[in-house]
Amino acid sequence: MNATAGYLLALAQVVLDLALAPGLVGLIRWLKARLQNRRGAPIWQPYLELRKLFAKEVLISTNASWLFRLAPYVIFASTVGVVALLPILAVPLPLDTVGDLLVVVYLLLLGTVFLALAGLDTGSPFGGMGSSREMTVASLAEPSIAVAMFALALGAGSTNLGQIVARAMARPAEAVSPGYLLAFTALFIVTLAETGRLPIDNPATHLELTMIHEAMVLEYSGRYLALIEWAAALKLLVFFSLLANLFVPWGVAVHPTPGALTLAVTSYVAKLAILAAVVAVFETRVAKLRLFRVPELLSVSFVLALLAITASFLSR
Amino acid sequence: MVTAYAAGAVAGLAGGSGRIGRGLSTAGAVVGAVAGLLLGLQGLVSRATWTFEAPGLLAVAGGVVLRVDALGAFFLILTGAVAAPSALYGAGYSAAYAGRYSLRWLGAMLNLFLLSMSFVPLADNVVTFLLVWEAMSLTSYFLVMTEHDQPETVRAGIWYLGMTQVGLACLLGAFLLLSARAPWLDFATLREAASSLPLGSRSVVFALALIGFGSKAGLIPLHVWLPRAHPAAPSHVSALMSGVMVKLGVYGLLRVGLDLLGGGPAWWGVVLIGLGVGSALLGVLYALMEDDVKRLLAYSTVENIGIITLGVGAGFLFQALAMPRAAAVALAAALYHALNHAAFKGLLFLGAGSVLHATGTRNMNRHGGLVRRLPWTAPCFLVGALAISGLPPLNGFFSEWLLFQSLLPGIGYPLPLVAILAVLALGILALTAGLAATAFVKAFGIMFLALPRSPEAADAHEAPASMCIGMAALAAACGALALAALPVLAGAGTVAGGLVGLAVEPLTFRLWHSVQTPAGLARMSPPIVIAGLLGLVALVWLAVRIGASRRPARLVDTWGCGRVGQTARMEYTATAFAEPLRRVFSAIYRPTEDVTVDYHPGSRYFVQAIVYRASILPWFERYLYEPLMGWVRRLGRRVLRLQSGSLHAYLAYAMAALVILLGVLLATGSP
Repeated sequence: MNATAGYLLALAQVVLDLALAPGLVGLIRWLKARLQNRRGAPIWQPYLELRKLFAKEVLISTNASWLFRLAPYVIFASTVGVVALLPILAVPLPLDTVGDLLVVVYLLLLGTVFLALAGLDTGSPFGGMGSSREMTVASLAEPSIAVAMFALALGAGSTNLGQIVARAMARPAEAVSPGYLLAFTALFIVTLAETGRLPIDNPATHLELTMIHEAMVLEYSGRYLALIEWAAALKLLVFFSLLANLFVPWGVAVHPTPGALTLAVTSYVAKLAILAAVVAVFETRVAKLRLFRVPELLSVSFVLALLAITASFLSR
Repeated sequence: MVTAYAAGAVAGLAGGSGRIGRGLSTAGAVVGAVAGLLLGLQGLVSRATWTFEAPGLLAVAGGVVLRVDALGAFFLILTGAVAAPSALYGAGYSAAYAGRYSLRWLGAMLNLFLLSMSFVPLADNVVTFLLVWEAMSLTSYFLVMTEHDQPETVRAGIWYLGMTQVGLACLLGAFLLLSARAPWLDFATLREAASSLPLGSRSVVFALALIGFGSKAGLIPLHVWLPRAHPAAPSHVSALMSGVMVKLGVYGLLRVGLDLLGGGPAWWGVVLIGLGVGSALLGVLYALMEDDVKRLLAYSTVENIGIITLGVGAGFLFQALAMPRAAAVALAAALYHALNHAAFKGLLFLGAGSVLHATGTRNMNRHGGLVRRLPWTAPCFLVGALAISGLPPLNGFFSEWLLFQSLLPGIGYPLPLVAILAVLALGILALTAGLAATAFVKAFGIMFLALPRSPEAADAHEAPASMCIGMAALAAACGALALAALPVLAGAGTVAGGLVGLAVEPLTFRLWHSVQTPAGLARMSPPIVIAGLLGLVALVWLAVRIGASRRPARLVDTWGCGRVGQTARMEYTATAFAEPLRRVFSAIYRPTEDVTVDYHPGSRYFVQAIVYRASILPWFERYLYEPLMGWVRRLGRRVLRLQSGSLHAYLAYAMAALVILLGVLLATGSP
């Protein structure tokens, strides 16, 4: 594929993901509501919320500094940057050689760090609590992300996402190997932790003392809150895309013909919907863990990731 | 360079404590540092070696020989790059000492310290090396002792002196063994002689060098002087010790282990990786728990030295496994990280010094809200904090990226033991990175954000211009090292390739912007990642400005469940911030906690006061150093008995020693 088409595709997938992200959150909320015998808000509710927030006045604490105003832009931009690097519709995209898995992981950590700093900035006890907990969870999730991702990279001989996807498509038998399944489970647990889902954090909670993400953004309003909420939805979509396209890459276009791209978009949306359903069912079934039980869950994830790498030794 | 430092030292002594003396000694230091930097750059770029010999000096041991090769040039650059901004900063910082301590000595010692540090990577024979090494240790000891009337400083000085002399003793032993069969003591002959040494003695040399250099670098368990000496020293001296001097320990390991000994069996690498991983993890865990900002930074240095040693160890291991290209990549990553760490740790210590200057306390629980009071220090410290957390778009990320990548060939190695070691190292490196981000969110967030927690913090004032310029220069260096990642990596690759005898460049550069590792097919473009991220932030800002509501923000109180008025006592403290991780890692910390609740005499439902005390004593201090110190003290008491004060007894000792030595010579039959 020529470079111009490649860059256009990268742009297209950023636009697609920006558009899909609020819908994904809406879908999970709606599915959960149905599973709990509620009617639930329509799937497009998050879009309406974003539009309203962007139009509203911003309230800022008198204690807040310039960091509080800068953070939403950094958080949003770093997440969008990650989306540009993912193999969502086609491989290999020209941006694949710009950044690899580690760039993705550390760009997301950059967003987390800025959110945590913003949480501390207003001097609210809830913000500090949220920041402290968020950084605890994020730092404990790091090793399992790294090891799980290197389990995938080892098979492909590269940490570049496009290469991993291309390799998985070339050898479909490996996608159901024990190593891949273990790595998938490890990353799934990390996804729940990093995106503030149950059982680590409750996205629907109204009690400040149990919040993590919500406690940090408590002081935000208006366009800043809109950016942060949109970025959070986008982060969820990023993790879903990694789970969907690294482990089940079928449908990703190798030659960017209109037919292949239509198939790519359709299969991508279908995979996301399935993952959303899994998360909705999971969140309906489990209760939130105590904060000090979370490390146990994350160490389970780390052990799974270690086993995934060990399995890839055995299969050599 | 020599002239400038020497002139600076003399000017410092002669010029007295006034402005002029301070200015002259600073100028000497800055000019000397810049000259050193240029000499290093020239040495690395032109690859010409430059030699200086003064055989007349100390002729009996081979004279003083200095030589700039690629490895030396790299560390000379590192020294100069941190020395110039720190010296400039010192001009403003030391003004506060006027009248209390001798500025004359401070200026002179600083110049001599810088001079000896610049000579360490250049020394080309054993005598020169040990001489400048000891000069570096002693001048830094005097600098640590600047505030000599504080009992804490005196204790720190004793620890530092003890560790550094134990290190020197080990180095002496290592060099004596190494030179046992060499006719001369210059490094070139040692290099040849080393290849004929049996493996056993080579390993002993390596072990002694590891203890000697490891104690200077601050590898756990030899790091105990760092968290004591760094807080005690003036901040620009801490920046130099932490940014540069500990790196010279790494230099020594590379020089002796790879250059002189030419590498060794695989277990050398395994030992280094083990020490590196342990130092990285324990270092960051103790950094997290610190409420004293300079102790936090000192422990973070232990962590980063661990990360660098991990890269060095991977280099040793891969070379032993006959993978010179992978070894060179790991060493290049370690060198790049060493350079980066020099920049951001120097910056962070200067930032901490500026906070100390402004508030008079190192306790973060008494800071807060400084982002408004210190408009220059705050962004500089933030840059340092983001860089040391390994976050894009700053330099720490790119060196950690390469370090992660350099472990990939280890994971792919057919021997399961190597593979498992590499995976564990990788996992712990990732955990370390996450915990470091937490530690620095804590440091920046608690020190600079929210409301001031003490009257001193509320009345803080920004540092003078020379200090701000020093910090800004190092912050710019962090950005420049990230933007110029490719040329820096090319330089580090050349140095690393030379160390393992690799003819080709270890890293491949594609187009003008991307770097590719040899083993994995990982590619990344540092300039595009940086530009992309900054561009996106600007783009999002522009889009929001155009698309969203333009009503100006309204200032309101922080929301607090309806209570009126907010005070700093409601904020999270540094201790509270790290509390969840203290619980998670309680098996390692073994914290002691003590809660006393004071009830109202009338009813247990009314609490009058709660006192909470928690402390952590690192277990290696409890189980390693306390018994050791007890043993040394007992030995000291025994030795004291020899010292009767009688001249006759002393003459008898001398006589006995002479007889024993002669007896040994006769018995062994050597001349």
